[in-house]
Amino acid sequence: MTFRDDVKYQESHEWALKDDDLVIVGVSDYAQDSLGDVVYVELPDVGDVKKKGDSFGVVESVKAASDVYMPVSGEIIEINADLDDNPSNVNDSPFDSGWLIKIKPSDPSELSALMSAQEYKTYTEGLED
Amino acid sequence: MAYIGNTDADRRIMLDRLGLSSVDDLFTDIPAEHRFPELELPPAQTELELLRDIESLAAQNAAGSGMLSFVGAGVYRHFIPAIVSYLSGRGEFATAYTPYQAEASQGTVQTIFEYQSMVADLLGMDVVNASHYDGSTAVAEAAIMAVRSTRGRSRVVLSGTLHPEYIQVTRTYLKPQGIAIDVVDPPEAAGATGPTSESLLAAIGDDTACLIVQNPDFLGRYVDLRGFADEVHARGALLVVHVDPIATALFTSPGALGADIVTGEGQPLGIPLSYGGPYLGIFAARKELVRKMPGRLAGQTTDTTGARGFVLTLNTREQHIRRDKATSNICTNQGLMALRATIYLAAMGPKGLTEAARLCYQNAHHAARLLAQIPGCSVLPGATSPGAAPADVFFKEFVLRTPVPAADVIERAADAGVIPGLALDRYYPKRTHEILIAVTEAYSRADIERLADAVRDAVTKSADAPARKEAVR
Amino acid sequence: MSSFRFDSPIPPLLYEISRTGRRAVLLPESDVPETPLPDHLVRSDADELRLPEVSEQDVVRHFTKLSHANMSIDTNFYPLGSCTMKYNPKINEAVAAHPGFAGQHPLGRVSDTQGALAVMYRLQHMLAEISGFSAVSLQPAAGAQGELTGILMIRAYHESNGDTRRTKILVPDSAHGTNPATVTMAGYETVEIPSNSRGTVDLDALRAACGDDVAGLMITNPNTAGLFEEDIVAIVDAVHECGGLVYGDGANFNAILGIVRPGDIGVDVMHFNLHKTFSTPHGGGGPGAGPVGAAPILAPYLPGPVVTRGGTDDGDYRLTMPDRSIGRLKSFHGNFGMLLRAYAYIMMHGADGLRAISENAVLNANYLRVLTERAFPVKFKRTCMHEFISVGSVYDGVSTMDVAKRLLDYGFHAPTVYFPLIVKDALMIEPTESENRETLEAFADALQAVADEAQSNPDLLHDAPHTTPLRRLDEVSAVRNLVLRYQR
Repeated sequence: MTFRDDVKYQESHEWALKDDDLVIVGVSDYAQDSLGDVVYVELPDVGDVKKKGDSFGVVESVKAASDVYMPVSGEIIEINADLDDNPSNVNDSPFDSGWLIKIKPSDPSELSALMSAQEYKTYTEGLED
Repeated sequence: MAYIGNTDADRRIMLDRLGLSSVDDLFTDIPAEHRFPELELPPAQTELELLRDIESLAAQNAAGSGMLSFVGAGVYRHFIPAIVSYLSGRGEFATAYTPYQAEASQGTVQTIFEYQSMVADLLGMDVVNASHYDGSTAVAEAAIMAVRSTRGRSRVVLSGTLHPEYIQVTRTYLKPQGIAIDVVDPPEAAGATGPTSESLLAAIGDDTACLIVQNPDFLGRYVDLRGFADEVHARGALLVVHVDPIATALFTSPGALGADIVTGEGQPLGIPLSYGGPYLGIFAARKELVRKMPGRLAGQTTDTTGARGFVLTLNTREQHIRRDKATSNICTNQGLMALRATIYLAAMGPKGLTEAARLCYQNAHHAARLLAQIPGCSVLPGATSPGAAPADVFFKEFVLRTPVPAADVIERAADAGVIPGLALDRYYPKRTHEILIAVTEAYSRADIERLADAVRDAVTKSADAPARKEAVR
Repeated sequence: MSSFRFDSPIPPLLYEISRTGRRAVLLPESDVPETPLPDHLVRSDADELRLPEVSEQDVVRHFTKLSHANMSIDTNFYPLGSCTMKYNPKINEAVAAHPGFAGQHPLGRVSDTQGALAVMYRLQHMLAEISGFSAVSLQPAAGAQGELTGILMIRAYHESNGDTRRTKILVPDSAHGTNPATVTMAGYETVEIPSNSRGTVDLDALRAACGDDVAGLMITNPNTAGLFEEDIVAIVDAVHECGGLVYGDGANFNAILGIVRPGDIGVDVMHFNLHKTFSTPHGGGGPGAGPVGAAPILAPYLPGPVVTRGGTDDGDYRLTMPDRSIGRLKSFHGNFGMLLRAYAYIMMHGADGLRAISENAVLNANYLRVLTERAFPVKFKRTCMHEFISVGSVYDGVSTMDVAKRLLDYGFHAPTVYFPLIVKDALMIEPTESENRETLEAFADALQAVADEAQSNPDLLHDAPHTTPLRRLDEVSAVRNLVLRYQR
């Protein structure tokens, strides 16, 4: 299990990475592992404006469909359209080719409220039965 | 007890293993004051006694007493080849359930896949689901799907010549979801034929998700939909067409006409009338809309050795996974009815189905001609149809206007063993002198002539003598 | 070891054996004067109707072979939890096929349909008596539609009282997915109520959720863990006190025929699954039938038409709409063919027979629970009702799905898996009353054998099933490469 430490996490298992004035968002390695083989990713339209905590899409495996939530408020600037044809990128490379959306944050300070890799790792350990 | 596996001796052994003295001890979680109520029910019958009871009940139905009926109005008497009941009655199909374990259910899943394939070809559509309860619920779910598929649009427009009960069902489904319904020009007045294409298109607003038309419509008229889909799409709405599957064998497929969602009542495809069900809700869509579809879908895949097989797929749309965010709460489909339709389509083949459709068309037109010759009677002329079609195109059903109340005609004809059709005032109270008559391939020329004779006699007698009693519904 | 094998390979698709010109059914030539077709409206060559062209024997062999690829109640023990896969008496089919019923048009005149109406009237009455409700509507076509009916009735009740603040329906987390999906369709919001460690509703959590924004509760009792909600009276009271109404999901009614009546304990409205409790065939997924029973306060809102008596010239029985009906849920009068089968089933049982059904269903489940708990631990170690939950993932590296697939090799359909969601890796086992002791013991032996294999040779489970016509099917590629119809 990888807990990449240059990104921030939230409890619903998305990661967020500051990239100049944008924030890139994906799901964590832990999340993709729990979901199993991802078969479909539903993403928002570019230009949609959403608040932190809003659902922006769905990541689906055969047996589960998981909503994904905005880690920060802002406008959707880009979506990873490649996932349409290659949803398995979410499994194979959750932090790179499996990214979901890029946000132009309306309040960049929201990013700092998210968990560090270490905090998130501890959090996921608490979720095990 | 006939259907219980164990004997008293078995039960004793089982209770001993559980350390219980009596079966009653299994029910201590149930509030004592409500435990073991006395039920007042008829005494148990043996199979032989039940059959006697059933025989006497069945004899009180027209179908059990040899009446010749021309009632249609959404469901019809069609020819059903013997192999449909023979094969669909197999216990391996009838007593299996939803194919949750695909490896032990290929009979069911492959049948669904073949059903989807054949109905898709029949409708000219990309994707067909494993079925809905009936035509009416398919229409209601199509409306919901259209709203879900068109962002920011929350109204639906229904043609007034959609089956009146389908409009009622659609209202029941849509009202709690806050989806508004506009019904355009329901044919309530005597002789009315419903909306024109212009009035339908005019009803589409910026917030309209879809337009739903039935073709042939409730009054039997075939509507010329050429070019209509483009007009609907130009207004940003989806076109939903509800069809008679037999008619689609003869007429241009709804897919070729540009429909986005197609629904149908599948009862004509080898399913008995059974006083209202179970029937088969056909549901099809363009492939771009597949993830918004309700209902089960069978898809092709391979097993671990590479052999082809079938599984239920796109399950994340459905209630058992998506729960409150599912596309519908539908769980069961009409599996056994879809099986009947699949066997029926296989047995009929493209030629047989087309021949059946042509016979419907020929027989219905012959009946209409004979009936129109009865003094005072006429066959309802068609109004302007969408596009530049001639009036009067109908498939297997039409409206007969009578010079005396329809109820009287039906009552008197029934005395002669013929039920000529449905009195239209059942759905449109002002239409007291009109009968909706259905004629399919299942009726012989002699049957049609008997119909004409019975109506002629009834019209003549009713004109001579006043009605014997109030309208019969 | 494995002894079961399906006896024929799976046939190709009918499209793949199609040959141009081959026919099964022939129809007579038209013998009426010809009417020209509207050529501009008929199918063009580009829109040619393409269906398989096969002989009648082809069709018969195809579907007979396909049938052999199915497990079914008629051929196998089918302990699919929450689905009540009991024996389906064949007299039901004979009754439903009677031409006096099968050939009857639903819009026949009242005077011509007194036999069908009498069956419906009697069935309404008998279902009401069995469940303790004052009225029953036979309209809904399936359980899920019965659920929608019930919630729409609750909604209509509140609206008629001018009470529009109520927007929430409480649903225990053990509920079937149809419950929350129904809530959404009815325009309400689901509030999930957690279960306690005994597998039943957490009463404190429920009470805390009750308020003047609650329209009602949907409760399945016995619940999906096979347990009777022993606090049911307190649960019902809590909901009623806050002004909500209680919907009973009748999915598990097979456990309580003649044992307890939901209407007696305060449930306001409930659906029946005729294809579960009353032995109508499951049909590979349907048709079902989901009649709804209601207490006096909701009876006026039932969907219609319903059958009432009231001597007109046309006969004793007639169709009427309840006063404040929510309307119609489907065309015509319900899935009549299913109603007829259920009528036959109840008539052949009587009151004592119905109680015997539930007693034996519950005894069978408890006996099987005790027989199997060594192989796979039972989650809630207490007397169950008609079904129980085992945990399928107790052996290293072996999943519940592996266990399910391996059971197929022993000739048993698998239990329901991974449901209810409150138990991780659940195997939900419902034997029903129609199975005998030998079958239960054989199934328990098979579960023990699978448990032994899970420890000695887990790959046997990973690679299962081995004896079915196809090996384990790839559900992932089915979604990633969608093929939903025959590809030419």
